[in-house]
Amino acid sequence: MADIHAVEPTRRDFLYVATGAFAAIGAGAAVWPLIDQMNPDASVLALASIELDIGAVPVGQEITVKWRGKPVFVRHRTEAEVAAADAVDITELKDPQTDDQRLMAGPDGKLEKQWLILVGICTHLGCVPLAYKGEYDGYFCPCHGSVYDTSGRIRKGPAPTNLEVPPYQFVSDTKIKIG
Amino acid sequence: MSGNSTYNPSNGFTRWLDERLPIMRLGHDTAVSYPVPKNLNYWWTFGGILTFMLVAQIITGVVLAMHYVPTTALAFASVEHIMRDVNYGWVLRYTHANGASMFFIAVYIHMFRGLYYGSYKAPREILWILGCLIYLLMMATAFFGYVLPWGQMSFWGATVITNLFGAIPLVGQSVATWLWGGFAIGDPTINRFFSLHYLFPFLIFGVVILHIWALHVTGQNNPAGVEVKNKEQDTVPFTPYATVKDAFGLSVFLIMFAYFVFYAPNSLGDVENYTQANSLKTPLHIVPEWYLLPFYAILRAVPSKLGGVILMFGAIAILFVLPWLDTSKVRSARFRPLYKQFFWLFLVVCLVLGWCGGQMPDNVLFSVGGVDIIVTHLARVLTFYYFFHFIVLFPLLGLIERPKPLPESIAASVLGGKTAAAKA
Repeated sequence: MADIHAVEPTRRDFLYVATGAFAAIGAGAAVWPLIDQMNPDASVLALASIELDIGAVPVGQEITVKWRGKPVFVRHRTEAEVAAADAVDITELKDPQTDDQRLMAGPDGKLEKQWLILVGICTHLGCVPLAYKGEYDGYFCPCHGSVYDTSGRIRKGPAPTNLEVPPYQFVSDTKIKIG
Repeated sequence: MSGNSTYNPSNGFTRWLDERLPIMRLGHDTAVSYPVPKNLNYWWTFGGILTFMLVAQIITGVVLAMHYVPTTALAFASVEHIMRDVNYGWVLRYTHANGASMFFIAVYIHMFRGLYYGSYKAPREILWILGCLIYLLMMATAFFGYVLPWGQMSFWGATVITNLFGAIPLVGQSVATWLWGGFAIGDPTINRFFSLHYLFPFLIFGVVILHIWALHVTGQNNPAGVEVKNKEQDTVPFTPYATVKDAFGLSVFLIMFAYFVFYAPNSLGDVENYTQANSLKTPLHIVPEWYLLPFYAILRAVPSKLGGVILMFGAIAILFVLPWLDTSKVRSARFRPLYKQFFWLFLVVCLVLGWCGGQMPDNVLFSVGGVDIIVTHLARVLTFYYFFHFIVLFPLLGLIERPKPLPESIAASVLGGKTAAAKA
């Protein structure tokens, strides 16, 4: 580089930078499809919602359905479970949320307090928690010991957040649409 | 050590070849005339054993891939098909599955050998780092491979490990979804894991070549930890001396390997993996394969998701900077009275961490004055020691320790066994 002491950038410097920048953009454009192909494809995204009749679930019991390959808990809560979830002082929670914030309204606009719908995946490392287990009689994750209450809120253990509530709505009194 | 070549083409063809592609010369210089320290003990045979294991895994793996189907519907059945229908399928699969365990036994011995004799110290830092890289690639390969039979442990192990990436702030969930190719582990996941499980051994092979190249530049460390000073007195040619020693070590190792394949093929695996994956039911106790247990124990010891993930990866990452953490100028623990004791303590800590990783975290070990001491508590203490050993002891010991006098040379350490202070 004979002109290393040159103060003014030359036309050649400009060409170097411009060529390099263009090559970098081209390489990025070429690499992106190789990376993005690993994201969920169209057929996976198409299986996005299911409809479910929940009328047959008795009080105090829970069913598990599969949605987007994940388990979803549909829990018909007892009065006592609802009361226990309501009574919690949310300032004590790791991920503060009231019970009501985790529920949906029925077709009549009133909150369906007896129906708790959750993605049944522990927010720690993805195991499926066991229902009606653990200190709060909500959920207990057997993998690393996270304990959730009857609203699916994290109460003890390593999980960082509450069990996720999937997007759903009541189509009728006994029918919900998840997704 | 990469001195002048002593290769002498013996006939017209090899002379002709040598002038065009000196591959025979490379082989001769690498595996025949290459000088090795004459005091190498059997702990030095594991490099050769590892090379054998890599090749054995690649060959059995390529053959198994001819019969395996990477879909959620057929993976489990295709593995059973291999076991029952494919000619010699059972021995191929058992060899491959137990081969992974043998590979890890060998690599752990190889690594602890390096720790004991200070093989990571200057000028062998790059050699050590390449080894750490191989170890990391091995763990990734083993993880991908374990998912393929699509048993319950395959599925839930994969779920737990891929969810580790979910702990990354902000982008974690997107990264996990990207890894899965869906919203949970499923068909796209098993298919790509199969692809990567096939690719990674060849990456390992590439890094192994660099590892051996770096080894041949610096020369081998040896039990005395002093450099070769006089090639005539301190070394012997690789062939026949190291070749025969390696072959003997390998034979003994293969006897153990064969014992597992033929007499206890499932003793290192988890019975749960003979149940097909069920995404709605988590097994009561998820454990990884034995060779990942110490890291799993570290992960579970931390009561925070991100913190656990950071410490677990940190436990591996810290190996990469070890050459700069150790302040001692003396390599071999034979001449480091303090380090030697802590070395054995560290080995025990790693083994007990592994034991912790296999236990239920809430199991009570004992009670003191009404307070239950559980596995998690023990794992926390050991995790602390693991990092303490690297971050505090390695720098500190080199400063406060008074090493024993080093032998003048490798030859002196071998021949002067009766007189020199070198005897460990």
